[in-house]
Amino acid sequence: MKEGLISKWHLNEGDTVNQGDELVDIETEKVANVYESPHSGVLKRKVVPEGRSVPIGSLFGVIASKDTADAEIEAYVEQFESTFSVADAEEGGAIPEVVDVPGGYIRFLKQGQGAAVPAVLIHGFGADLNSWLLNQAALADSRPVYAIDLPGHGGSVKDPRIATLEDIAQAVIAFLEAKSLSSVHLIGHSLGGAVAAKIAAERPALVKSLTLIAPAGLGKEINFSFIRALVDIDRRKDMATALETLFYNPALVSRDMTMGVLNAKRIDGAVTCLRAIATGCFGSGEQKSILRDQISQLPLPVQVIWGQSDRVIPPQHAQELPGKIRVHPVEHAGHAVQLEKAGEINRLLSHFIDQG
Amino acid sequence: MSTNVMQPEGSRPRRKTRISYRAALGEALAQEMSRDPTIVVMGEDIAGGMGAPGVQDTWGGAFGVTKGLLGRFGRDRVMDTPLQESAIIGAAIGAASNGLRPVAELMFNNFIGVCMDQLMNQAPKFRYMFGGKLTTPVTIRTVYGAGIRVAAQHSSAYHSILTHIPGLKVVMPSSAYDAKGLLIASIRDDDPVVFFEHIGLFDKEGDVPEEPYAIPLGEANVVREGGDVTIVAFGRMVDVSVAAADSLRTSGISCTVIDPRTTSPLDEDTILESVAETGRLVVVDEGNPRCGIATDISALVADRAFDSLTAPIKMVTAPHCHVPFAPVLEDAYLPSAEKVEAAVRSIVGAARAP
Amino acid sequence: MGKTMIPLSREQLIQAYRLMKTIRVFEDRLAEEAATTAMAGPLHLYSGEEASATGVCMNLDERDRIYSTHRPHGHCIARGLDIKALMLEIYGRQGGICNAKGGSMHLADPARGLMGANGIVGGGMPLVCGAALAAARLKTGGLAVGFVGDGGSNTGQFLESLNFASVFKLPAIFVIEDNGFAETIASSWACAGDHVKRAEGFGMPGRRVNGFDVFDVYDAAHEAVSGARNGKGPSLLDVKLERYYPHEQGISDAMRLPGHVDWLKANSDPITLLRTQMLGKGEISEQELHTIDHDVDALIDAAVREAQSAPPPPLSQLLTDVYVAYP
Repeated sequence: MKEGLISKWHLNEGDTVNQGDELVDIETEKVANVYESPHSGVLKRKVVPEGRSVPIGSLFGVIASKDTADAEIEAYVEQFESTFSVADAEEGGAIPEVVDVPGGYIRFLKQGQGAAVPAVLIHGFGADLNSWLLNQAALADSRPVYAIDLPGHGGSVKDPRIATLEDIAQAVIAFLEAKSLSSVHLIGHSLGGAVAAKIAAERPALVKSLTLIAPAGLGKEINFSFIRALVDIDRRKDMATALETLFYNPALVSRDMTMGVLNAKRIDGAVTCLRAIATGCFGSGEQKSILRDQISQLPLPVQVIWGQSDRVIPPQHAQELPGKIRVHPVEHAGHAVQLEKAGEINRLLSHFIDQG
Repeated sequence: MSTNVMQPEGSRPRRKTRISYRAALGEALAQEMSRDPTIVVMGEDIAGGMGAPGVQDTWGGAFGVTKGLLGRFGRDRVMDTPLQESAIIGAAIGAASNGLRPVAELMFNNFIGVCMDQLMNQAPKFRYMFGGKLTTPVTIRTVYGAGIRVAAQHSSAYHSILTHIPGLKVVMPSSAYDAKGLLIASIRDDDPVVFFEHIGLFDKEGDVPEEPYAIPLGEANVVREGGDVTIVAFGRMVDVSVAAADSLRTSGISCTVIDPRTTSPLDEDTILESVAETGRLVVVDEGNPRCGIATDISALVADRAFDSLTAPIKMVTAPHCHVPFAPVLEDAYLPSAEKVEAAVRSIVGAARAP
Repeated sequence: MGKTMIPLSREQLIQAYRLMKTIRVFEDRLAEEAATTAMAGPLHLYSGEEASATGVCMNLDERDRIYSTHRPHGHCIARGLDIKALMLEIYGRQGGICNAKGGSMHLADPARGLMGANGIVGGGMPLVCGAALAAARLKTGGLAVGFVGDGGSNTGQFLESLNFASVFKLPAIFVIEDNGFAETIASSWACAGDHVKRAEGFGMPGRRVNGFDVFDVYDAAHEAVSGARNGKGPSLLDVKLERYYPHEQGISDAMRLPGHVDWLKANSDPITLLRTQMLGKGEISEQELHTIDHDVDALIDAAVREAQSAPPPPLSQLLTDVYVAYP
């Protein structure tokens, strides 16, 4: 992803803005989304007008306190633009790497550094590390963050024998060991949530905290025809329609998101692996591994986040969990809530992880 | 991993994510040749040095695409040939019906004149004439296109001529990602495929997965999305059109740029659906204007999306002359971003305010 | 010829006779039908040339591939293709060996090693190199035979193929059936030099063969086949023969002098020559030959009747088999 298009400003210069307010609509190759204001203050300058595409890393607006002088805003903008280099931004931009693990290899994207306990992001069935496109950078402000591709997905090993939740969890543990990560905040979405929970149950010492976003593993229901569609579809239009299932707002499915899913499936062995995992984890249409008890008894902080319009795994699975598990329902969001409501999810993640 | 899964493997060498179009093609060949022992490559200087006392694999192909294959697969599978296109291409075709899966190289698409019988009357017609009894899984790689000052007999773009012939498939990748995935798909395809590599794209880099993957033939790629104009472009003209589209965007004109990737089979649906949205079409091709792919696309749209059109269809092609030598003349010959932009503006009307 | 030739066993003699007779009756019957009824397509008939196809094909087995010309019926029959399916194809009817999509000039049956007759003169020769290359790389032990006429012997594709096959030492045999004329042009004028010398110029053995004598053809082919199978590379047979009919049925053959064909039939008919040899050796009786003649007549007759009454192919066949899959 090299550029973003500012397609619409929701506020005018001089407007007061609160943290969380919708600020701009941004279109990138991968996804179109609303960008929520990270701060409160006054929108002092719209640096990039509507309809303009700019390279990643560009300054597109300035929010400051009401009484900040115009001259100071000008100086800031000028200073930023005179030192901004696209090449630096590109080079500085992380690229995915691949690490060998016993039995194969795992692709991952690392952003952020420092001594804080790292976070590990685990995507769901049929997805890849790009699931965290709108989340990883925000989390990486304060700590190293690893987004991984599960076996059978993205750029990771294509071995159809890695098919059950147990197999997949072992692969992720092997990744943690290969990268010498002995204590991590695990964040998993959908099937990745069940994987994260499984790891926490088997190796609690590895896991500092557990965040489950619309996870598998809390009940037996799952939209199996969606799973089958992800496996079987090879045409762009049909896949775009299927991916609408992931969102409350179907317009969020971009052509590049669709092609990202299709291109990953075109890698030799990918579809065979997806089929094996679908069978291994969801068998004849139901979730095979229910981890409610193990999750309820984990000796570590657990939070559960769920879009209330989820059409893949019912949000009701979050009900009746023990009180110590924080449950955050999110309105007007579907299964891919971390993409649909990125700002809110990022706040929930940071808040939870920073608490320790 | 749990012990009932795979045994540990040694580390595999990794490469950087961004590689060139040339390297992507070479990787496709190497991976396919590793997978399928019936795949052989053949052509002039495909390795180089055959029969000579000095360095073997001298060139690895005129553009370096097949460099390194000789060392891995040997002379039985990486075959330098004498300079005789009818025999090279015909032998590849004959071998394809008899159990091998050859990938032959026609060094420049201009040389098709020598072997045209094989690509006009032989390979594409076997299945049909012989009642479905013969299969010819041959891939012919060839280089086309102008811009490097090698003039009329080495710079043509003859993809349209082959698109005309039923029984052939014609593939034109515009990026490193497409090059690898489409070449793998072409090799695996059981029909005769002619694969056009643009002479000016070999150094172009892009993100390419290290694992093998196949892009289905007959699926277009949409490179830019916009509601005002549909631009359909082929090969290197895709980049030219993208440059035009990005420039037009600053004037408030947004363009969809479609790269069909294959001219035969053609992804008609993507083109027609886009014109249904935009109502305007510009087709960009560096071939000559008569009876070319640009006229083919234009006729398709005029026939099947007529009611959607709000403006005449515009084609941006080379002129009805040959590729000249002098650099200023060759540059004038080729479609450019400026020419594409002008074509778009001519059917959109005055530039709109951003 | 002076040298000792490979003897043919009784079974082989009978096989040769049957094949040559089948070709002759097939072709003569087509000529008869064409004289009275409009035929679906052009006919390029092989009568008079039977010894060439027979002598060569009797040396081949199921590993081998042959490529033929626009005059392919003799090669097809000698390779054992189904007579009825051939006739149906020539008549353009359902059940034809190419589903009525090819016709007389494009007969094929890969299962029997006939990879296609070619309507482009010389067009099949590079394909012969390809088939031989595949046999060599896949180590099948097989070889590829390309039949070409004197017309095709001057084409670029043919000459390129001689070079290519030699450079790669391919198990290929190039059989020039020089019947004296390329349409109306005499080969004695049109072919510069000599075919055997041309072959030797390309570094491969060549042999001039008496195409009226199936024993000479068989012997020459035997030598060529042994050479190819034993890694000696390609060779060329320059088979001299003549056709009884014009280049194409209904077309003028006036460049040959009047009475010439009658003289050939009376003095150098290949089947008569074989028949005489067989009876002379005492290997076979008149009665046995008569039985074979009768069987062949019945076979061809049945094929013609079936072809004339068979339905044409359904229109749905128009668009089939352009590709394996599209897209």
